Amino acid sequence: MASWLKLLPFVLFLGIAGFLFKGLSLDPAELPSPLIGKLSPQFTSAKLPASDGIFDSQSMKGEVWVLNVWASWCGPCVAEHPYLKQLAAQRDVPLVGLNYKDEADNALSWLRQLGNPFTHLLDDNQGDVGLDWGVYGVPETFIIDRSGRVRYKHVGPVLDGDLEAHILPVIDQLQQEPLT
Amino acid sequence: MNSVFLRLRLSTGVCASALLLCFLVTTGQLHAADELVSFSNPEHKVMYQELLREYRCLKCQNQNLADSDASLAGDLRREIRRLIEAGGNQADIEEYLVSRYGEFVLYRPRFNSKTMILWIGPFVLLVVGLFSLFVMVRGKSSATRHKNESSANDVATAVVLSPDLPDAEKLSRARDLLR
Repeated sequence: MASWLKLLPFVLFLGIAGFLFKGLSLDPAELPSPLIGKLSPQFTSAKLPASDGIFDSQSMKGEVWVLNVWASWCGPCVAEHPYLKQLAAQRDVPLVGLNYKDEADNALSWLRQLGNPFTHLLDDNQGDVGLDWGVYGVPETFIIDRSGRVRYKHVGPVLDGDLEAHILPVIDQLQQEPLT
Repeated sequence: MNSVFLRLRLSTGVCASALLLCFLVTTGQLHAADELVSFSNPEHKVMYQELLREYRCLKCQNQNLADSDASLAGDLRREIRRLIEAGGNQADIEEYLVSRYGEFVLYRPRFNSKTMILWIGPFVLLVVGLFSLFVMVRGKSSATRHKNESSANDVATAVVLSPDLPDAEKLSRARDLLR
């Protein structure tokens, strides 16, 4: 028998073990969004409080903006909140908060307590907007470029490292891109 | 006597209802999707129930949309029902889900360059396994045959060259070897 053939099982083992080892460090809850690079879903949504009127996603065209999906019932959102405030303070970028499947009163009192970093606060009581954006867990954060394409998605709370390593650099880069 | 009989009947009845209750409870848990959903036509209902088993709940990833109690699964069931009632076919519904959540939502991955290894990998491994088995078995049997032949040759040479044996003896041993 040829000697390379004797090595074949070992090579196969190494290959499979390599894949399994890589799998150990992957987070199965984090899915790549099919929206990346595509035009963001268009929507209109009532604002919070309702007296603020209606938000139309078309109005954001020409600007880099951030969509953060949150809820007052969501534990990790509390941990994320200081970093959203930091983001609002450090960058001149509209931060749109989508209040997902929440009660208006709970949401507003949550923000009164913790502070409101959002430029626009939207009421997605039924989760319809969230459904179109493929939201499957809260919080989730999207960054949309000037021409309305979704360029980045963060699943789970944005924490200290995430802001510095991903969110801020992506915003800076997109703000430098010309409108196409 | 009569009271014993009565007690026996009573306890059988209790057991039976307890069993029935267990059955009802477990089946209820297994099929979160058996909500009271009504359809304008029975074919739609069949399609709905079949499709729910084809798609993954993104929130609790090892459950399908039929089994999951997550609120996202409820929303997606509602949307799928709406699409079916609006006359959508399976491709429409798949497109709706995949455009939002990616192909991960499908329990049966589509066949493309990324998933090719999943689909044909097992068959490639099977062929490689069968091929190496064939090579190993053939190698072993030819080696054994070769070994047998050469040891018979050695004995024959030793017998023929041996100076002590009478010719008659040599002849009979040679016959033995040839047999």
